[in-house]
Amino acid sequence: MALPTSSVITLNVNGEPRTLPVDHRTTLLDALRERLDLTGTKKGCDHGQCGACTVLLDGRRAVSCLHLAVAAEGREITTVEGLADGGRLHPVQQAFLDLDGYQCGYCTPGQICSAVGVLREHAEGWPSAVTGDLRPEAGPPELTPEEIRERMSGNLCRCGAYNAIVEAVAHAADSTSAAPAADTEEAVA
Amino acid sequence: MREFGYQRAQDVSDAVALLDADTDARFLAGGTNLVDLMKTGVERPGRLVDIRSLPLDRVESTPDGGLRVGATVTNGDLAAHPEVRRRYPVLAQAVLAGASGQLRTMATLGGNLLQRTRCAYFTDTTLPCNKRRPGSGCPAVRGEHHNHAVLGASDHCVAVHPSDLAVALAALDAVVHYETADGPGDLPLGRFYLPVDDTPHRETALPAGALVTGVTLPPAPVAARSRYRKVRERASYAFAIGSIAAALDVRDGVVRDVRLAYGAVASRPWRARAAERALTGAPADAASFAAAADAELAAARPLPHNGYKVTLMRNLTVAVLTELAEEAAR
Repeated sequence: MALPTSSVITLNVNGEPRTLPVDHRTTLLDALRERLDLTGTKKGCDHGQCGACTVLLDGRRAVSCLHLAVAAEGREITTVEGLADGGRLHPVQQAFLDLDGYQCGYCTPGQICSAVGVLREHAEGWPSAVTGDLRPEAGPPELTPEEIRERMSGNLCRCGAYNAIVEAVAHAADSTSAAPAADTEEAVA
Repeated sequence: MREFGYQRAQDVSDAVALLDADTDARFLAGGTNLVDLMKTGVERPGRLVDIRSLPLDRVESTPDGGLRVGATVTNGDLAAHPEVRRRYPVLAQAVLAGASGQLRTMATLGGNLLQRTRCAYFTDTTLPCNKRRPGSGCPAVRGEHHNHAVLGASDHCVAVHPSDLAVALAALDAVVHYETADGPGDLPLGRFYLPVDDTPHRETALPAGALVTGVTLPPAPVAARSRYRKVRERASYAFAIGSIAAALDVRDGVVRDVRLAYGAVASRPWRARAAERALTGAPADAASFAAAADAELAAARPLPHNGYKVTLMRNLTVAVLTELAEEAAR
């Protein structure tokens, strides 16, 4: 008996379950854009080489063009539309606005989602290819411009807005690390 | 893209049974290479068996002081793992030198080992390629081959293996574990990839339908002083044009133990055993390092447009071993 080549799946997108039938060939990127009207995530190269389609899967950045929608069932998917907290922009979004971290804006959603992933990886002590001392005892490296450029190298910007992008990521890193910790807020409450 | 069925494997035996029953099926993990190859038509599976949620995602210490890494551990998690960074810095560096952050969080160890070459003739289905269509010819030999093999190639195929991670695993004497419908098996990395010969379409010694379940890294005190260096055409996020994984143990100015493997110069990670033999017991100086590189590269057969790789690998060998020796002397 021939296997079905389509399935009805439920994707958890920005905290909401979305049920839809998909042909198994559908990428997560196409499902988001063409089926769920979440057009913030952009299609650039469609081969995992440009980073425009970067989203967060279970909090980790991933290229949605090389991820099959059917394989994303059960994951927490966060797109650029899901980063803001109500009317308040995510600190990375605010930093890109404040520091002009873009020109045409096409790569920006991917840059922002990638930067959110970078900040989490850094907070968890992940090293990068330019980190001098990899030993865990050395602690996480300072997020220098060199570190940010390396960690963000999967996101291409054809306008070449890299200088402001690096500044925006650095600014967001400062503002998020300066924010009060959750337990402090609880203590105040 | 051809239509395909999709199933999630419930456990390892379910996964190998599903693949054993259907030669038209492929395992899907991170998908960063397979989905791309399906888009370009190089891969046309009729069924995908998703193995990403199998319990193969752990990094565990072995009783003898090595590490066992599951096949679905992502590159991101592997490079961040404290014991990998502590015991095998060359491996963490190799992984971090590959791809981009958002690919490393998807890509898995098993998929990395089994990824296909990025040779432009292999990925273009309108052109001949002995690896993709056996017997159709190799346009790279007389065509665009500036990033093709200088070691171990044949007239049938001059493509290089694209992995950084596998180069470090070759230097570390890693052992690949797999499961088939007939039971489990092991392959040392040195025998995992097959020589090119006239069968470039046969890339690994894995039995048909085998699922890679993990890799064991034996204890390697020499790896405490180890390094991966990658040369590429831009500063980040590009495949290597040449790379080296090196580990060096120097006592009193003499090489006690050394591990060397080259990347982006052959159809597989190239363990530089001739260089290792030349170095063991030799003075840890630039002259020995150069002589060792020459011993290894004597077998090089460069093509008209990739002769630079022989010089590049010689220089990389001397530079990285010199750095490691200087660190040991401090």
